[in-house]
Amino acid sequence: MASNSFANIMELSGTDWLNAELSTGTTIMAAEYDGGVVIGSDSRTTTGAYIANRVTDKLTRVTDYIYCCRSGSAADTQAITDIVSYHLDFQKVEMNEEPLVETAAKIFQELIYNYRSSFTASIIVAGWDRRKGGQVYCVPLGGMCVREKVSIGGSGSSYIFGFVDSNYEENMDKEKCIKFVAKAISLAIDRDGSSGGVVRIGVIDGKSTQIERRIIQEEQFKLL
Amino acid sequence: MLSTTKKLENTGFSFDNCLRNRFLEKNGFISPKGKKTGTTIAGVIFKDGVVLGSDTRATDDTIVADKNCEKIHYLNKNMYCCGAGTAADTFQVTSMVSSNLELHRLNSGRPVPVIVACRMLKQMLFRYQGYVGAALILGGVDNTGSHLYCIYPHGSSDRLPYTTMGSGSLAAMAVFESKWKPDLSENEAKELVKDAIAAGIFNDLGSGSNVDICVIRKDSVEYIRPYECLNEKGIKRGNYKYKKGSTALLQSHTIALHLEEEIIQTINDGSSMDTS
Repeated sequence: MASNSFANIMELSGTDWLNAELSTGTTIMAAEYDGGVVIGSDSRTTTGAYIANRVTDKLTRVTDYIYCCRSGSAADTQAITDIVSYHLDFQKVEMNEEPLVETAAKIFQELIYNYRSSFTASIIVAGWDRRKGGQVYCVPLGGMCVREKVSIGGSGSSYIFGFVDSNYEENMDKEKCIKFVAKAISLAIDRDGSSGGVVRIGVIDGKSTQIERRIIQEEQFKLL
Repeated sequence: MLSTTKKLENTGFSFDNCLRNRFLEKNGFISPKGKKTGTTIAGVIFKDGVVLGSDTRATDDTIVADKNCEKIHYLNKNMYCCGAGTAADTFQVTSMVSSNLELHRLNSGRPVPVIVACRMLKQMLFRYQGYVGAALILGGVDNTGSHLYCIYPHGSSDRLPYTTMGSGSLAAMAVFESKWKPDLSENEAKELVKDAIAAGIFNDLGSGSNVDICVIRKDSVEYIRPYECLNEKGIKRGNYKYKKGSTALLQSHTIALHLEEEIIQTINDGSSMDTS
């Protein structure tokens, strides 16, 4: 047969369940600071117009020192993260050392690139390793991989490019960086309909196997 | 150039009929629609366990196919799973995972953690890319405590303290969002889930009939079916039967029945089976 795009098939067999659970509406962010990285996200998961989960945790553990911020299809990003997490756990046992953030980002990139026609996944990989300290890698839809000092993603990110560009500074201290990330996400939540709930913050500095987590509720947005 | 290379045949699935069907539909053919099922299922974590609840209506288009069906499926001794979506898929997926969990339990010799069931379900659903239409609420208690997961047909999962699914999920969630509080007692949790399912039964056309509830505690399970019959059939006020003698008897005729032959057949009791 000549050409049959996957979209055609999906359109033909379209039931509600098939179109369900696409949490494309999101705001995610990660920024390097003095001693590590700060990651942040909103907490909304949507199925069409319905909020399927208002307390979602989009900051997902890959290893103790590497986390990722997920945006796009919830099913796809969860499956990818599980696979990357498996590979890195395996590598950690074989090499007897903590995997590099670069390695994690590369596995994410390879999976997303190889399955670029079927996945809707755009991920920010952030973490800390002994070689390069705190790092942020951006792996968008088509399967590119690029290191950035600060990275934003999801539908809400379009509202905060200006804020992030003009307010990010290199080598901020931890509290200043947390405040910067929280402020950016709260601004996106205010303007983007498909982002909402609370702001979730995570700090990875390589000092503990448990990352420092914070939650900022909507009432506190104006205080930022 | 001489063409000697044989054209390779296409491998894999053929989607020719999809384009044919689209052509037919464009010309006014009404193709059969996929069956969508209505359901309300819900789950809550309480102080020392999990409460799962469901309605009992099964629909086939606009017809109520079963007024009292079971939607809370057994997974293992310490966990159960509510299913919404395609009835056949929810049943098949839960029974397949149930088998694997039992093998896992026998192999490891300990109660299976709830996260294991969650992983098995989500990985199976992800593999089928949403074509297995099972929307599940998984609840259970293991050595690490009580757990409640919500699993979507595409294979994503959420870990939540309370959750609802199915077409009646909006009505049920409205009840949870207004009445839920942390550390509920068992009775409070059961009543809350009942109220949520009742909201689905009364406000959603796809849901109806009774409320089933399953309580999973540290070392015991209580499956209450029905927990409450919200749609009991009323008693007829009037009696439309004619009283004896309402119609006058004009004549009567009796025919005698003659027994002509009686046959008695002895049946072998099985003790002396012929094995020659």
